[in-house]
Amino acid sequence: MSKEPVAVVGIGQTAHVAARRDVSLAGLVREAARRALDDAALDWRDIDAVVLGKAPDFFEGVMMPELFLADALGAVGKPLLRVHTAGSVGGSTALVAANLVAARVHRAVLTLAFEKQSESNAMWGLSLPIPFQQPLLAGAGGFFAPHVRAYMRRSKAPDTIGSLVAYKDRRNALKNPYAHLHEADLTLEKVQSSPMLWDPIRYSETCPSSDGACAMVLTDRTGAARSPHPPAWLHGGAMRSEPTLFAGKDFVSPRAGRDCAADVYRQAGITDPRREIDAVEMYVPFSWYEPMWLENLGFAAEGEGWKLTESGVTALDGDLPVNPSGGVLSTNPIGASGMLRFAEAALQVRGRAGDHQIDGARRALGHAYGGGAQFFSMWLVGADRPE
Amino acid sequence: MPALPRDIAVVAFAQSDHVADSHEVSEAEMVMPVLHDVLDRTGLKARDIGFTCSGSSDYLAGRAFSFTMALDAVGAWPPISESHVETDGAWALYEAWVALLTGEADTALVYAYGKSSPGDLRAVLTRQLDPYYLAPLWPDSVALAALQAQALLDAGLTCEDELAAVATRSRAAAADNPHAPLRGPRPQGDHVVAPLRRGDCAPVGDGAAAVILAAGDRARALCGRPAWIRGIDHRVEAHSLGVRDLTASPSTRLAADRAGAFDRPVDLAELHAPFTSQEIVLRRALRLGDGVTVNPSGGALAANPVMATGLIRIGEAAARIQRGESGRALAHATSGPCLQQNLVAVLEGES
Repeated sequence: MSKEPVAVVGIGQTAHVAARRDVSLAGLVREAARRALDDAALDWRDIDAVVLGKAPDFFEGVMMPELFLADALGAVGKPLLRVHTAGSVGGSTALVAANLVAARVHRAVLTLAFEKQSESNAMWGLSLPIPFQQPLLAGAGGFFAPHVRAYMRRSKAPDTIGSLVAYKDRRNALKNPYAHLHEADLTLEKVQSSPMLWDPIRYSETCPSSDGACAMVLTDRTGAARSPHPPAWLHGGAMRSEPTLFAGKDFVSPRAGRDCAADVYRQAGITDPRREIDAVEMYVPFSWYEPMWLENLGFAAEGEGWKLTESGVTALDGDLPVNPSGGVLSTNPIGASGMLRFAEAALQVRGRAGDHQIDGARRALGHAYGGGAQFFSMWLVGADRPE
Repeated sequence: MPALPRDIAVVAFAQSDHVADSHEVSEAEMVMPVLHDVLDRTGLKARDIGFTCSGSSDYLAGRAFSFTMALDAVGAWPPISESHVETDGAWALYEAWVALLTGEADTALVYAYGKSSPGDLRAVLTRQLDPYYLAPLWPDSVALAALQAQALLDAGLTCEDELAAVATRSRAAAADNPHAPLRGPRPQGDHVVAPLRRGDCAPVGDGAAAVILAAGDRARALCGRPAWIRGIDHRVEAHSLGVRDLTASPSTRLAADRAGAFDRPVDLAELHAPFTSQEIVLRRALRLGDGVTVNPSGGALAANPVMATGLIRIGEAAARIQRGESGRALAHATSGPCLQQNLVAVLEGES
């Protein structure tokens, strides 16, 4: 039994801003979906099923919003599936949609993820009240800062590495018209002197809160043959989860992340990710996660990830560009952030990334994580159809 | 539905006792015994499972990411391949079924749980409605179901006596269901929202359920008589009640058609109908004749742990097939106001 090869033939995203007051939730998802359909030269009737993802429903104050969005998503009379796997959800949602094609259940699937964070306050939405959690944390930054500190201590990385990542990603975002933050006058000194939020994480090393959506059309070989633009082909995809807290958990380099990457590389026949992968879109909500994930994903040995960042390997003109789109540090509609990583990886191998295109990108990795660094989803896409 | 690339079956089912208020246990504590139970039925350990998928809703317990803590009950170490749907566990089963179809895994653990007791479910479910035009009016779930019931009465498609008979039959059937809180005959009582009386409405409760799926020979090795999923499909309708004919369920009809339910008659149906009037709608959509045994478990009217109730329908139908009490059964799950979204699975034993 063989799986049907899965192709990404349509990609659409909204403009991402702090508050999209010009559109409703329905208008927001519609905008991304329409652009994905246009990219694929398809229409609503060509879609067999819709798979929607987003992070906690409390962010917009709508319980199971896929029900009310069924009309806007063109899903009436079709299967509509809702996925929620915390911050990794955008990636997981794309993988669930890909499975529908791979299993030959459907031939063309629209997958979409969104968040309209202006409807609420994400920081407090993520700060769980007692009795669910001890009242020690304020937002995700409060949760992750100690783990960043642990990485700095373990790797003996210079204190400035985080600011280098933030400066690079915000500069990359200037080449991405959809990115939320366009800080043309940002300097490295400004990053390094921005207010300390959760020591050692500074204001400019933190992701913004964005409104936005991302959509993709996934299809089979027949659908790919009709695509007006080159498709991106799925070479490997995987999800891994581990518990939030347990004795012996490695928050700096969670095993679920390592196992997930290993599964993806196995499927894609990758033995040396550092040399065989041309571009990476990884989920870096706080700057220090770039060197941490470089190690977790097998691009650098343990304790060496920061050296790739410091030497410019991960820059737009480096030999392993990381987050050419500007990444989560520049655009963060939480539920959509994972799908944006997957979609940006696909744009790179399709040669359709615009000003932040990496020349000759043939294989790219999309990565997302969520919860207490416990949920991981990744895919590897290529310009060539897999064997 | 095109020919399936692989045969996949339900090989085990377990559920908790469903109670009105589980305030003494956390969600993980509620789920854990059910997972142990379902694994014990197959002899599998958590680490033997190829894919895990769960269904739940943050809005019930009133906390974001409620499923992340429930994962503690699974024992996800070493890390597992896992996903979650923010809806009834029947859709988690669908996602797991697709994952097994790809061949990436041979076994799947599906679980669902609901803890409605911390809030007022009727009020909570209003947050599921269109946030611009409908939710600000706070129309509660019983009131919306009552509109549907009144539409059925007005169309002459049912009468109050028939609704009462559905309630009586369901609770009588539940006399044999040790997990159900409402067992044995009960008075119809007063109107909650006319025309629906107390007896027409499902209880609201807390509980959990779990199912194990397996493919091909693996299923035969794990279970004497696997309940083969011959077809499964789900469809959604428009959200606005004003554009729907509430006396019909075209999404159920279409899902049943795609799942092959009409290819041959079924002998048993487990329907996810939290209101007696919705069973009337579903029976018509599914063309169930008088010869079909409906909800021998008592259905949602006897036990209704929201977000697990739909998965329990598939589990109950599969369990009857495994025990040889059914040859071909239909299981149905619903989500959203007035049966907006519906899933239909057709299960068979091997003859």
